[in-house]
Amino acid sequence: MSFLTLSITLIFVLIPILLSKTLRLGLEKDTIIATVRSIIQLLAVGYILKFVFDSESLFYIFLMVTLMIVVATHNAQKKGAAIKGITWKVGVTLVFVEVLTQGILIGFNITPPTAQYVISISGMIIGNSMVLAILFLNRFTAEVDDHQDEMELILSLGGTPKQAIHSQLIKSIKASMIPTIESQKTVGLVQLPGMMSGQIIAGADPIQAVQFQLLIIFLLLTTAAVTSVMLGFLSYPTLFNDRMQLLRGK
Amino acid sequence: MNTSYKPAIHFHEVDYGVEDASILSKITGSFPKGRITTLVGPSGAGKTTLLKLCNGLISPQAGEIYIQGKNINEFAPVELRKSVGMALQSAPMVAGTVMNNLGLPLEIRGEKLSEEDGINLLHDVGLNEDVLNKKVKDLSGGQRQKVSIARTLVNRPDILLLDEITSSLDVTSLKEIEELIVKINQKYGTTIIWITHNLQQALTIGNYTWVMMKGKVIETGESELLESPVNEQVRRFVKGETE
Repeated sequence: MSFLTLSITLIFVLIPILLSKTLRLGLEKDTIIATVRSIIQLLAVGYILKFVFDSESLFYIFLMVTLMIVVATHNAQKKGAAIKGITWKVGVTLVFVEVLTQGILIGFNITPPTAQYVISISGMIIGNSMVLAILFLNRFTAEVDDHQDEMELILSLGGTPKQAIHSQLIKSIKASMIPTIESQKTVGLVQLPGMMSGQIIAGADPIQAVQFQLLIIFLLLTTAAVTSVMLGFLSYPTLFNDRMQLLRGK
Repeated sequence: MNTSYKPAIHFHEVDYGVEDASILSKITGSFPKGRITTLVGPSGAGKTTLLKLCNGLISPQAGEIYIQGKNINEFAPVELRKSVGMALQSAPMVAGTVMNNLGLPLEIRGEKLSEEDGINLLHDVGLNEDVLNKKVKDLSGGQRQKVSIARTLVNRPDILLLDEITSSLDVTSLKEIEELIVKINQKYGTTIIWITHNLQQALTIGNYTWVMMKGKVIETGESELLESPVNEQVRRFVKGETE
């Protein structure tokens, strides 16, 4: 696609701006900012990726993945600011998910350890893991706020912190995983995943595109489960002290 | 206060606060063993905070608390909470049936409550056995409070802390719960510490009373003190001139 053709697609940006102006939604400025940011960010990433792919340097691959994890951690930790040490907890979770999934993919020779595969798949894994972490932290902090009486009841009867928070932890883990599982139930029927569509548009064999998409779907299931469970079990102990008391000031 | 009874709980110069706000200040005094002591005072006096300190749900910033003569910090939290039971005004329940809730203290330590023991507990608190498999969301306010007390009794606590457990009940349920608490006190020798806004209840049920205001203990003694308080603030509170 030429840049001239691409510029015609700005029609799709003009439509929401016109609608916003007509209906006085007040979203024109945000739409323009979002458009400009996405153009700059994606073009920059495109050129950086081209450079990294061409160099085939392990150092640049590592640098790219590290940058993704740092940005994702920074974004997700805001939702759990009340949890002590949340930044390193989210960071460790994202690193673990990345190492686990790439370890399996490369270890079993499913994908080659090249920049093209590692960076593309890492982007999907880390991005998904970040969204999962945000969903989990949102729900978990709300559950803890809303059920302090129940938690203190179990503590007051001689229960441990793990027993006191068990119900809230399980509910939060399930709630954060459900969107991933539900969206995968209708994949191919309701929506064609972006990566698969992109491959098909780029001229790839649809069956091969589907195979890759299945790989991603399976990966995202692991990502969802490991992110929620690991973040949950890293987070809950910091809500209590060594006298088994629920700490306030969340 | 009558000193012929050993203290079940003793406070010495206890302070508690959250961030910069002081909630309890220089609390010193004892709750006699095997007796019923009521805690009265306006809202915000720090009464519930005092109970939570006794159960170890919170710890003081300064001062010492002794439970049956032993410093509270020497107890393992689980042991402390088994011997100092607590029932709250809101009577929080875990989702499920009455049996699920009665069995909770045992479930916590990996044991199971038998149906027979569940029925006996219900009888102890004046409930019929057909309540056992009822969902907790279908219970009335009075039934809920009774189940909450029965659940606390599973651990056979030496000390029972009650936080306004009758404040939202009708007259019949209130009388039943008052009788139940007196029965528990007399049958098992359980020390009862009972927060109440009902001064008549404090007079008739309690042996002793603590009057608290703004995080301080203002006056303590036998419950009759509420009929002729020495302190001017307490006199005004008893007359209903302060909330």
